[in-house]
Amino acid sequence: MSKTLFDKVWDTHVVRKIEGGPDVLFIDRHLIHEVTSPVAFLGLKSRGIKVLYPERTFATADHNTPTINQHLPVADPLSANQLKALESNSNEYGISHWGLGHQKNGIVHVVGPEYGITQPGATIVCGDSHTSTHGAFGAIAFGIGTSEVEMVLSTQCIMQPKPKKMRINVNGKLGLGVTPKDVALFIISQLSTSGATGYFVEYAGDVFENMTMEGRMTVCNLSIEMGARGGMIAPDETTINYVKGREFSPKGEAWDRALAYYKTLKTDPDAVFDKELTFDGSSIEPMITYGTNPGMGMGISHEIPDAEHAEGGAATYAKSLGYMGFSEGDSMIGKKVDFVFVGSCTNGRIEDFRAFTSIVKGRHKADGVTVWLVPGSHIVESQIKEEGLLDILTEAGFTLRQPGCSACLAMNDDKIPAGKYAVSTSNRNFEGRQGPGSRTMLASPLVAAAAAVTGMVTDPRTLIEELV
Amino acid sequence: MAYDKFNILKSTAVPLPIENVDTDQLIPARFLKATERVGFGDNLFRDWRYNADNTPKKDFVLNNPVYTGKILVGGKNFGSGSSREHAAWAVYDYGFRCVVSSFFADIFRNNCLNIGVLPVQVSPEFSEKIFSAIFADPNTELEVNLPAQTITLLATGEKETFEISPYKKDNMLNGFDDIDYLQSIKPEIEEFAKQLPI
Repeated sequence: MSKTLFDKVWDTHVVRKIEGGPDVLFIDRHLIHEVTSPVAFLGLKSRGIKVLYPERTFATADHNTPTINQHLPVADPLSANQLKALESNSNEYGISHWGLGHQKNGIVHVVGPEYGITQPGATIVCGDSHTSTHGAFGAIAFGIGTSEVEMVLSTQCIMQPKPKKMRINVNGKLGLGVTPKDVALFIISQLSTSGATGYFVEYAGDVFENMTMEGRMTVCNLSIEMGARGGMIAPDETTINYVKGREFSPKGEAWDRALAYYKTLKTDPDAVFDKELTFDGSSIEPMITYGTNPGMGMGISHEIPDAEHAEGGAATYAKSLGYMGFSEGDSMIGKKVDFVFVGSCTNGRIEDFRAFTSIVKGRHKADGVTVWLVPGSHIVESQIKEEGLLDILTEAGFTLRQPGCSACLAMNDDKIPAGKYAVSTSNRNFEGRQGPGSRTMLASPLVAAAAAVTGMVTDPRTLIEELV
Repeated sequence: MAYDKFNILKSTAVPLPIENVDTDQLIPARFLKATERVGFGDNLFRDWRYNADNTPKKDFVLNNPVYTGKILVGGKNFGSGSSREHAAWAVYDYGFRCVVSSFFADIFRNNCLNIGVLPVQVSPEFSEKIFSAIFADPNTELEVNLPAQTITLLATGEKETFEISPYKKDNMLNGFDDIDYLQSIKPEIEEFAKQLPI
């Protein structure tokens, strides 16, 4: 029978099917961090059970960590306590722990791929909804709750009903200034935040085939924002070249075996999806959000739609625009920006900093704008320095912070103050997401850069063209 | 973690007719710093419930003594966003045992089922009926019958059936969780692991 990429990976990992219930799914790699794991470890302790395969679990601290002065003790006692719990739990159960100060420390969805933990055709989970990121490699990767973290620690399995399958095709040449982030925000704006709930998505078409692994990770990362549990892209030469030779990638004979498996990982030509959508990539422009969920996005040159065109009810829509301080029919261009955040598991990779730098080069940070540039990992941080980007950024008036989730969810001190506007390359513009009362506009690193040098929402294409 | 068995729940309900209620509203990230499962109910809907100076916001439904009960009725796409089980813990710890919506986000629904909160998905029409009934009379009682998989507006007898997998239903009825089951098939899992391609 013809199978989709998703079917192939899923079926390979089903230990047992339960009549009238979920499948028991084996998990190859389990990533844990300080926020969603402590209660799972407490559960193990109270039941008196061990971690079944500690070598399949990797711990990194990221959600709570400060992004300056990481060599100093963490000031917030609650954060410090969570970081300590991750360390002591990892030590107790024999799990690799990449804590603050460790060379491999960084955002879980950035370091996982960098060290080759993420593999094509693997099943990967983490107590974090953006685990969907790893689908870029043709893995089934999705976020789980703490009860499920405990299940995976204790049995390396979770119990999941098999989701429905959706394929999203995007073909055509992307326009000037259009990045993978824009492609993803465009798709979410078309589907809404619940349009893919119950589905696992495969992204197909030349737009994704032509993307780098970094770009594919950005797209798959945002799958959850349209309700999908995850999204994946079939592995190809780009994937294999990325994976080969990384620290935790298979070596020698194991690599040959893995390679033979990777080559089977594509959807059969006549396989059927429960839903299939196709978009024209050339029609996408740089995107920005204007509301309080990621589905409320539009081309940057457009005007905020009327309530009658809104997906949510009119009352919800009005509440959302009211929170943002925007009105129907407003143009986003020219809106004041107080903060710019570049980073997160969505856009905290080297390509994102290259994109940001390409716009700010030869320009200067606008007065009155606070800009936080937060690399996703120490590898990204080193690349920024080695490629000379840091010199350009410094010249333009910017500084670089240290790796972590930072202002994406503002669990550390990187909080956008109440009422202030932030252009953010992260993934959620929910009310208060970046700090109580904060107002978030999601966008690409190029749009972030344009805002950083002008102090307002600016179409990055106008700045690119000036340079050409 | 063990939770109370769920059978038939008869209760008044708290109405929250807002769509896309996300996990950052259910429990803002800054309240995720505990290493034990305590105190989350106090921070359910923290920023909708309290001002910055911790005084209650009078216009928020949880601060309105007229509306009480063990059932929370939310708008469409309830629980979207993060995988934080803390959102479901906050709902449970506050005292809700059931959330009703015309549509649930996937991970939130799973998390609820794993910790003993019953997510009841109803049609948009029935959801509207429930909201209207509660706003007309806050003492309106709902009956959520898990064995029969029905939800009923007791005053009028109007009811709908809801979906839940037989496996999860059995778990909820008995207060079991998946770990008990997975532990029981561990030898099979270890055998399975030996033949994986990577």
